[in-house]
Amino acid sequence: MTLSRQIFDTVIVGGGGSGLRAALQLAEAGHNVAVFSKVFPTRSHTVAAQGGIGASLGNMQEDHWLWHMYDTIKGSDYLGDQDAIEYMCRKAAEVVYELEHFGMPFDRNPDGTIYQRPFGGHSQNFGERPVQRACAAADRTGHAMLHTLYQRNVRARCQFFVEWMALDLIRDYEGAVVGIVALEMETGDVMVFQSKATILATGGAGRIYQSSTNAFINTGDGLGMAARAGIPLEDMEFWQFHPTGVAGAGVLITEGVRGEGGILLNANGERFMERYAPNMKDLASRDVVSRAMDQEIKEGRGAGPEHDHVLLKLDHLGAEVINKRLPGIREIALKFAHVDPVREPIPVVPTCHYQMGGIPTNYYGQVVVPRGANPSEPVPGLYAIGECACVSVHGANRLGTNSLLDLLVFGKSAGDHVSEWLKTHPRHRDLPRNAAERSLERLARLDNSTSGERVTEVAADMRRTVQQHAGVFRTGTLLTEGVEKIREVGQRARSTAIGDKSRVFNTARIEALELENLAIVAEATLVSAQAREESRGAHAREDFKERDDKNWLKHSLWYLDGSRLDYKPVNLQPLTVESFEPKIRVY
Amino acid sequence: MKFSIYRYNPEKDEKPYMQDYDVELQPTDRMLLDAILRIKAVDDSLGLRKSCREGVCGSDGMNINGKNGLACITPLKDLKEPVVLRPLPGLPVIRDLIVDMSQFFKQYNSIKPYLINDNPPPQKERLQSPEEREELNGLYECILCACCSTSCPSFWWNPDKFVGPAALLQAYRFIADTRDDATSERLDNLEDPYRLFRCHTIMNCADVCPKGLNPTEAIGKIKEQMVRRMV
Repeated sequence: MTLSRQIFDTVIVGGGGSGLRAALQLAEAGHNVAVFSKVFPTRSHTVAAQGGIGASLGNMQEDHWLWHMYDTIKGSDYLGDQDAIEYMCRKAAEVVYELEHFGMPFDRNPDGTIYQRPFGGHSQNFGERPVQRACAAADRTGHAMLHTLYQRNVRARCQFFVEWMALDLIRDYEGAVVGIVALEMETGDVMVFQSKATILATGGAGRIYQSSTNAFINTGDGLGMAARAGIPLEDMEFWQFHPTGVAGAGVLITEGVRGEGGILLNANGERFMERYAPNMKDLASRDVVSRAMDQEIKEGRGAGPEHDHVLLKLDHLGAEVINKRLPGIREIALKFAHVDPVREPIPVVPTCHYQMGGIPTNYYGQVVVPRGANPSEPVPGLYAIGECACVSVHGANRLGTNSLLDLLVFGKSAGDHVSEWLKTHPRHRDLPRNAAERSLERLARLDNSTSGERVTEVAADMRRTVQQHAGVFRTGTLLTEGVEKIREVGQRARSTAIGDKSRVFNTARIEALELENLAIVAEATLVSAQAREESRGAHAREDFKERDDKNWLKHSLWYLDGSRLDYKPVNLQPLTVESFEPKIRVY
Repeated sequence: MKFSIYRYNPEKDEKPYMQDYDVELQPTDRMLLDAILRIKAVDDSLGLRKSCREGVCGSDGMNINGKNGLACITPLKDLKEPVVLRPLPGLPVIRDLIVDMSQFFKQYNSIKPYLINDNPPPQKERLQSPEEREELNGLYECILCACCSTSCPSFWWNPDKFVGPAALLQAYRFIADTRDDATSERLDNLEDPYRLFRCHTIMNCADVCPKGLNPTEAIGKIKEQMVRRMV
């Protein structure tokens, strides 16, 4: 079957923060770029980010990128690659100022500069005291940033393919990526898009968990595409549980609440974080706070009739601060928790929030894989940025505000690198024969499915399995059982049946395809977690409570083929400064 | 809970029809979107857009018992049965609750929805006082869900000529921004019997906005600026 084909210099899959930042860099440099998105770009999940963008502007107190770098490395529990972390923290001020110049409506200080608030794990002078580093637009920073980037792309006349779902990468016989296969949702048409460079910017897959702050669209499509194309997924055992998801609903309550002075209380009204992190208290990093909350609940000090959550108190900030700095939070609390935070605390629980792992890249955004003696050889023509990528700047635990920063810095650096790449690679490589075969087979299976399980049932089982077996605290037994269960779920995900066979905007088919991607990410998560016999950052093993730098200061690489694991070293060598040697992590 | 939902699949249906559903809810189902997803679990052919499920992405705008709103932040307990769900009015229907929003975004693009300032930017941020920044409150929060524009009779009659409340709110967002240098160009762009002046202050837009914004007020401020520059 011959599909119609379109040709671009660069194809970007994903229209969230990182995809839009990269698109802008390329469009403004005059390249012919196409952005594919499952949803209209301003509906991407970046829109839900609340608290701020980390950058050591020093608008509030003295600050330095080196302190930001130290905090990020410590936050990562030393699993982050120090070259990439230095690159990100040094570039932070530049990309924030650029965003301001694009029109971002940042909050302001009386002197007219950008307002910055404190955030978890960010400190002055290598851990001495909290610092105000999060550049904020009220508690809608992600919304303001995503709209600003989209608007700037409208100005640059960037070309969008809205409500197209990318299905697979196309690799040629030498392994170079030469384009994608994509499905137009409105018509059901499948098309091949040939490109010199392809950038994956598809976001995370937080929907593998039952309790998640993530949007429905966060289904790890780029990870599925990469894994099916033989590319490994890095550090997939590391998932961030955000301390403050609304109990029961999962909706995010920004860490900015604690940045502005909010505190966590247990059922006895005790500010328990003083016991767990005497210095940073409620502003310790997220893995530390989430574990402390879980511990309080486990030991019977949870609040509510079921003793199953803790309380986030902010009424003492006063109505004025809440309405000015945290208006969106008040709206969410009223709608989803039925409490008015001006008077009452918000019931919260640790909730899956962010995927630290992803497609392995270097700090230019190039996807890198082990080849021979080189653990990080670039895959020609392929880039990954944002939450779907693992650079790795977040290591085993991401600091709040570093995700939006990551989108800006690596969106831009990938855009710049692609511009250079296009100069030395002026021609399109040939498409392999039957480039779309695998995608078409998957679609044909769904179109011809007559009996099989419903997508919603298998998806529910997947989310339950991941939640139970790879939660805040993990054990070898739980993980081993989880691996077995999730493999079975993976089989079932590949043999679902859909009732709707029509072509026009068939959302049943989209959800079946998304489930296949989610199941791949879920398996990668459990297999990588089961193998890692230590506790580091967000991966907390009750049977291996300590960090083990001797055996485990290394990145996991999971391959779909045979569900095989490999490892590669952590880069402890920054670009220009001295290395931060692993130390015991205390907040 | 009982629902009556607009159905239309252009491949099968000659014309749209209303389909009744009676669905058993769970105690955790609080919002309309939760109930729709229960229905979709039984009938996977029901088409709708959805994403953030917390009222910030603007995907699931629809007409709920006669009034436009977002399914994900509409509490079920406030709804009269049977709950009648229709696609946003006035835009072509692609399928079921999914409308073609091209016209809406075309109008959005027509107001040049980006900051215009041709002076070379400073090394650091452009300065703006907290009071100047406050002028953007109630404007920049728009999520482009189209609930307002598709509740506006003027937009129904002239979707190609009247810019509509959502895009006019954004037009004013840039006029109000002290960093933007293109106010007179922006006003020129709207000075036309249709583009701005088809707003007859019916105020449906402010009434339905799920974010509590007031496009009518912003439109009034644009008109004020136009008058001011004429005298």
